[in-house]
Amino acid sequence: MSAAQTLAPLVRARDVHKSFDQLEVLKGIDLDVLPGEVVVILGPSGSGKSTFLRCINHLEAINKGFIAVDGEQIGYRLRGDRLEKLSANGIARQRRKIGMVFQQFNLYPHMTVLQNIIEAPVGIHGESRQVATRNAMNLLERVGLSEKAGSYPRQLSGGQQQRVAIARALAIKPKLMLFDEPTSALDPELVGEVLATMRDLAKQGLTMIVVTHEIGFAREAADRVVFMDGGKIVEMGSPDDVIGNPQHPRTKAFLSRFL
Amino acid sequence: MSRLDLSSASPLGDARFRDVATAHAPFRLGRLILWAVILLVAANFAWIVAHNENFGWPVVIAHFFDPTVISGLYVSLGLTVVAMAIGTVLGLVLAIARMSKDGLANSFASLFIWFFRGTPLLVQLIFWYNLSTLFPRLSISIPFGPTLASWDTNSVITPMTAAIVGLALNEAAYMAEIIRGGLLSVDRGQTETAEAFGMTRARALWRIIIPQAMRSIVPPTGNQLISMIKATSLVSVIAMADLLYSVQSIYNRTFEIIPMLLVAVIWYLLITSVLNVGQSYIEAYYGRSERRNRTADKPAPVGAAVQEASH
Repeated sequence: MSAAQTLAPLVRARDVHKSFDQLEVLKGIDLDVLPGEVVVILGPSGSGKSTFLRCINHLEAINKGFIAVDGEQIGYRLRGDRLEKLSANGIARQRRKIGMVFQQFNLYPHMTVLQNIIEAPVGIHGESRQVATRNAMNLLERVGLSEKAGSYPRQLSGGQQQRVAIARALAIKPKLMLFDEPTSALDPELVGEVLATMRDLAKQGLTMIVVTHEIGFAREAADRVVFMDGGKIVEMGSPDDVIGNPQHPRTKAFLSRFL
Repeated sequence: MSRLDLSSASPLGDARFRDVATAHAPFRLGRLILWAVILLVAANFAWIVAHNENFGWPVVIAHFFDPTVISGLYVSLGLTVVAMAIGTVLGLVLAIARMSKDGLANSFASLFIWFFRGTPLLVQLIFWYNLSTLFPRLSISIPFGPTLASWDTNSVITPMTAAIVGLALNEAAYMAEIIRGGLLSVDRGQTETAEAFGMTRARALWRIIIPQAMRSIVPPTGNQLISMIKATSLVSVIAMADLLYSVQSIYNRTFEIIPMLLVAVIWYLLITSVLNVGQSYIEAYYGRSERRNRTADKPAPVGAAVQEASH
């Protein structure tokens, strides 16, 4: 038995269902993610992969099943034998160990790059401004943007903004990082710099769940690839198996478009 | 004229196409004449107004700093500041209530806004002033239960409190809609990001949403502030000694109606002018992240600019 198998999963999702009005977007997702694992979720548009990611930190509430992160059921708590919805502040507390990077970067436009990064550490995690600033400068160096600390987001290219967004998410020292199509809004020549930053993080043992269309990234950086279609997980396994030798016809059809 | 001369005037090679950097503004005779005519008419009008004795300029000057006028001015300014402050804070609360999913908060805010925007301010002021005819005593009590505290309405509702309550509640209804519009103008992704980082709703609102909403809240609020200064003149009907009331009290004595109204008009214009300047500073502050090259980004060296231009 290897060490990885004895570890308790950091993320556990069981029978996750989600509907928007009449439309059922997730039809029973089961997924465990181990600490340090990099899971890449692939799938066509409308397969529910982004929705599933947003359910993990309760940006969307699920209708059935459960999702737990680091031993806590997200969005709910047990009171005796009764499951109760958490208050908004209770949910906020649970989200503080999960970092998220969005497709549209969503930097705070009225704050400088540095202010963007230290906002959560200082304002929510109670770090001193000095410590947070020092960490922020280290993170900016890691993503190669040290000289942009005083700039406003609007003054940066898309790729730079997304790297700042990654630094901002890392600044809270997350146990889990969620990436929601982080390169989909970027010009093709800017995708590389963001993927390179993400590959670095993957090597350093950060637990990551990445929704993306970048097959190359999945092949190089993923420990496990999950292929979703029609609100279900169709195929799951090592990148070599799922990308190199897909079994399911839907996976084959999807991947054939990238060859 | 030789061919050599032409080419020297055009360093870029072709004599028919010149470097735009050497371009001059064309001379526009029409605009010059238009300017001259307008200036002439304006000067003439100013001369006529200045020399028309019916305006009573000497009276205007004599009463401009009259103690009654100045104390009225203070009342108008004080009322504006207090009513606007209460109105803005209450408006923010109403805007948040109006946007909340909570049915109780939402319907209370809607009802409030519906009522106070839907009735004339003048009528509201008179109602507040005459509150004692409706409710001779004001009390705090448990509904249908015992009374905890009680006051005589006439001792609570003075012209001052009636004016403040009337103006502030009315203002709150308008400010609520302005602030709500501002909050709605902020990208939905910003709220989501603040949530994803585990911010409480209050903190997300205060740190992320409101600062961005300010850009669209400030201009209409400046408008409201200016309306409010002029709306304070309505309180003269409930015997509140504001700027308008104080000039009225003088011309009721001296019958110099037009000169005294001019005193008030000039004061109102002076105040609103100062406010306009203040507003543009506030707008510049909240628009600072919009300007592209404010911070350390130095302008590109000339060489780089030329390279870029030659692409």
